[in-house]
Amino acid sequence: MKFSESWLRSFVDPACTGHEFSHLLTMAGLEVEEEETVAPIFDRVVVGHLLAVDKHPDADRLKVCRVDVGTGEVLQIVCGAPNAAAGIKVPCALPGAELPDGLRIKVAKVRGVESSGMLCSARELGIAEDASGLLVLGDDAPVGEDVRRHLDLDDRLLTLKLTPNRADCLSLEGLAREVAALTGTPARFIEVTAVEATIASTRAIVLDAPEACPRYCGRVIAGVDGRAATPAWMRRRLERSGIRPISALVDITNYVMLEVGQPLHAFDNTRLSGAIHARMARPAESILLLNGQTLQMQADVVLIADDQRPLAMGGIMGGEESGITLATTEVFLEAAFFAPTAIAGRARRYGFVSDAAHRFERGVDFGGTRRALERATRLILDICGGQAGPVSEALAILPARQPVRLRPARVAKVLGVPFTDERIAELFARLDLSLTRDGDDFIVTPPTHRFDIEIEEDLIEEIARLHGYENIPSPAPRGLLSMLPQTEQARPLARIRQRLADSGYQEVVNFAFVEEAWEADFAGNDRLIRLANPIANQLSVMRSSLLGGLVANLASNLKRRQSRVRLFETGRCFFRDPQGRPVAGFHQPWKLAALAYGTAFPEQWGCVARNVDFFDIKADLERLFTPIGTSFEKALHPALHPGRSARVTVAGQAVGFVGELHPQWQQKYELPLPPVFFEVDLDAVMMDSVPQYAEVSRQPPVIRDMAVVVDQALELQQLIAGLTANRPAIVRDIRLFDVYAGHGIEVGKKSLAFRIMMQDTQKTLLEAEVEAAMQQLMAYLRAAFAAQLRF
Amino acid sequence: MHNLDQIVHAASAAFAATDDPDVLEQVKASYLGKSGEITGLLKELAKLPPDQRKTAGAAINHAKDAVEAALAARREALRQRALQARLAEEALDVTLPGRGQARGGLHPVTRTLERIEALFASIGFEVADGPEIEADFQNFTALNTPVDHPARSMHDTFYLQDEAGGMAEGVLLRTHTSPIQVRHMQAHVARHADRETMPEIRVIAPGRVYRVDSDATHSPMFHQVEGLWIGENVSFADLKGVISDFLRRFFENDDLQVRFRPSFFPFTEPSAEIDMAFMSGTLKGRWLEIAGCGMVHPNVLRHVNIDPEKYLGFAFGMGPDRLTMLRYGVNDLRLFFDGDLRFLRQFV
Repeated sequence: MKFSESWLRSFVDPACTGHEFSHLLTMAGLEVEEEETVAPIFDRVVVGHLLAVDKHPDADRLKVCRVDVGTGEVLQIVCGAPNAAAGIKVPCALPGAELPDGLRIKVAKVRGVESSGMLCSARELGIAEDASGLLVLGDDAPVGEDVRRHLDLDDRLLTLKLTPNRADCLSLEGLAREVAALTGTPARFIEVTAVEATIASTRAIVLDAPEACPRYCGRVIAGVDGRAATPAWMRRRLERSGIRPISALVDITNYVMLEVGQPLHAFDNTRLSGAIHARMARPAESILLLNGQTLQMQADVVLIADDQRPLAMGGIMGGEESGITLATTEVFLEAAFFAPTAIAGRARRYGFVSDAAHRFERGVDFGGTRRALERATRLILDICGGQAGPVSEALAILPARQPVRLRPARVAKVLGVPFTDERIAELFARLDLSLTRDGDDFIVTPPTHRFDIEIEEDLIEEIARLHGYENIPSPAPRGLLSMLPQTEQARPLARIRQRLADSGYQEVVNFAFVEEAWEADFAGNDRLIRLANPIANQLSVMRSSLLGGLVANLASNLKRRQSRVRLFETGRCFFRDPQGRPVAGFHQPWKLAALAYGTAFPEQWGCVARNVDFFDIKADLERLFTPIGTSFEKALHPALHPGRSARVTVAGQAVGFVGELHPQWQQKYELPLPPVFFEVDLDAVMMDSVPQYAEVSRQPPVIRDMAVVVDQALELQQLIAGLTANRPAIVRDIRLFDVYAGHGIEVGKKSLAFRIMMQDTQKTLLEAEVEAAMQQLMAYLRAAFAAQLRF
Repeated sequence: MHNLDQIVHAASAAFAATDDPDVLEQVKASYLGKSGEITGLLKELAKLPPDQRKTAGAAINHAKDAVEAALAARREALRQRALQARLAEEALDVTLPGRGQARGGLHPVTRTLERIEALFASIGFEVADGPEIEADFQNFTALNTPVDHPARSMHDTFYLQDEAGGMAEGVLLRTHTSPIQVRHMQAHVARHADRETMPEIRVIAPGRVYRVDSDATHSPMFHQVEGLWIGENVSFADLKGVISDFLRRFFENDDLQVRFRPSFFPFTEPSAEIDMAFMSGTLKGRWLEIAGCGMVHPNVLRHVNIDPEKYLGFAFGMGPDRLTMLRYGVNDLRLFFDGDLRFLRQFV
């Protein structure tokens, strides 16, 4: 809601000004979003009357003007404006004036002719862009009057960010009522008297949808001049409210809407036939609207129609075919009340907004319908001439204003600070709320212009608002102390993130909607979750994997000449799943993904640089899962190199994968080296268990090494699992410390070296026991994997 | 006697002239070894008359002690010299960089979220989470924002397609973290259904939220933190106290100005917008919108089967992205979602 402060002050004129006034509104919940001045600072510019305009003797483009500025002395001013002509009135900067661009006006000679001032364009005064000629003022402008005063240039324009509950402030009178309540300055409203009918024409009004439109007033005004000029003061007020003047009839309806808050509509009466109906749309009805769109009406749209055809979307927008034009001579003027529920969301659904819909869906004062009609009639007669017919009014059941009970004790409980009955009564009086008492309680009946007072809390909010939120104390909170749970069954996400950061990974946050191709390339997902209204094509599909984002981050960082990149993200991923919980149809697990690219370690002295590989990131992943532990099995994944990818399992459950990017994606995404990744379910990473103490052996451990030659294809995990299951009791730990293939090892074979740790909790091991254990392990390997001992 | 002094003197000189510990031991042998001079003198003692033996023996032993002391001193000196030489040889350029893995870091907004969680945990707030594809009911209807409510236009909502390409009914990308409030209250009520009096709800819910909006100051995905405190005696004044305290602790700035001004949210009443202003620095004196809040609307409580006559409380929703920008002086929201390491590494 944008408005001119001086227009508002014509209704209520409190002492506070400028920022203080804006602050008052903001702190009352009418947030001033923008404050503008109408004109920059300048002075000594007055209304000048051009008495005579002659050619400059020595310059083709210049003119010598004789200007009356009301001082009795006629000034001679040289001017280059093409529209300078005798008889017009224009702004005249007197000697000594300072213009917005800093120009100081002096008496000077222009091409040899003395010039005692300057005639100004709108641009030179900083009030509009128009620099094509002098700003022509009205013929009635008083000569010599200060232009700032004449054009009301000290006015300020305020833009309010009104919340949807305060429809009553979508008009100047509504704002004035609010300012009066806030400041105690009385407001003076326009006195509206009924216009006597001087002609008999009427139209019948039928409320076919009385719930949607319970009140409709209309009247015929004949003999109007559709081409009449809108008065300058009205144009100015409309323009300063952000509304473009169109024609007097349209301007008047807009003006009255701004003034009193009631949207009006003017039909060309000659294009109507029969009675006016307010009814719901019928199947397949469509209307060509004033905005040029032809729209198919849905059944829950209320229409204004005549006996023949639909005319307008009631309370939303008029129709082109029944609208007024410059040629209109007979108007049917409508002022109606549409129920908020009958308007709400309709315009939005069709993809447009209108001032009328904006007001009706929030609530228009149904007590002021007729007054607005009379006010607009008066203005039409005054400006466009004509003769008014009698008002036809159809009335059904208007919204009830139920009394609301307010308990003073509840006020204290909700706001945390007590209010005396006197204070409550005083605040309500400022709002003009009619109230009675019932014991301790106040019974308040809200006025017709308020649609936001239905329950006790609404009244409590009004009390807090008028009292001032800043006057409510901010004590330290008091509550019952009880400790928060501290489980050891799960590790906090924060600690997991910290572990990754400590391992060299930088956290990123990527959008959850991604490019469709990523879902195919990195997740092989063919059950896409598409956005119905994406902001861009590359942000149109909900991700089921975090990988795409990480690859994109990698590519953009490589472009920024970062050669070593390690990233991780935690976030939800999205899958179609009929069993999904808690929102049916969707599974939305948290995932954790990490990417490593470039050298395994930052470039540094004293160590050989090598690129990060599968086993580096696998180690990071394993560390992350300590102490729960993970297993890995060869598995294919659409994003990954088929020979370098593994499924990660925890206690037999697949929880994610680790691997190297598939060469085809490396090529497609233009990456010089293949990155390695993992992506796992966050729930799995967060699993933890309460440690259980096991006795620490005091006996010395015995360490033996053993190297065996096995088939190249044998997976270590299989071998270790077998060994562990078949180990003698004294064997505590079996650890691989070397893998070798090549010289000295048969082709197709590899050598694996293990370090075996043996220990007894009770006694020192004998050499024979150790030897027997080693023999047992070797025998198992020979039998199970045809392993040969290597010396 | 004169002879003994000479021997001691000569031995000390010989030791001192020796730099090699092995040579020193050979030199030692020529005085104290089996055929060394001192040893020889001791052997001679037997030849002396008994009355002279004692005096002479004492003198020789004295000399022997002196030679041994000189030897020990020299050994120590050589050991020291060798140690010094080794230390000098082993000296490093300690200004060379350390080796190993570099450290990564957390996203700046994560940093903020962790601080927010810690601050609220210190007064007993738990952390809750909820789905990002959310039901229309939880996102709007249960929050007192029925279909076609004008407040819905305050949120430009992302909707989803169904598999046939039509509009998926009843679901959306959550436009705020407030639906977590609803889910948390529902769960809390169910958990404590058998109790006469429900324990207080104190919870914050951080998360990603989505709105159809993208420019320098708006991102289509951003973060919010929802907060909720429901109990038998939780007032608007408490809300002011908690938020003011939080902001001053978060910014470690006791001079921070906080103001509450009336606003409207369908799910709170009274509602307020929270602004804060620094008293120094580049943003000095400017009011910055930081959060929306209010007393939970009775309809919202009723929706989750909490009796609004018995229980009341407040909810707030704030923007951790904005808090992060203000805290660290970041001037462009888009940097948070761009994955630029040059930016992110500043928060390691």
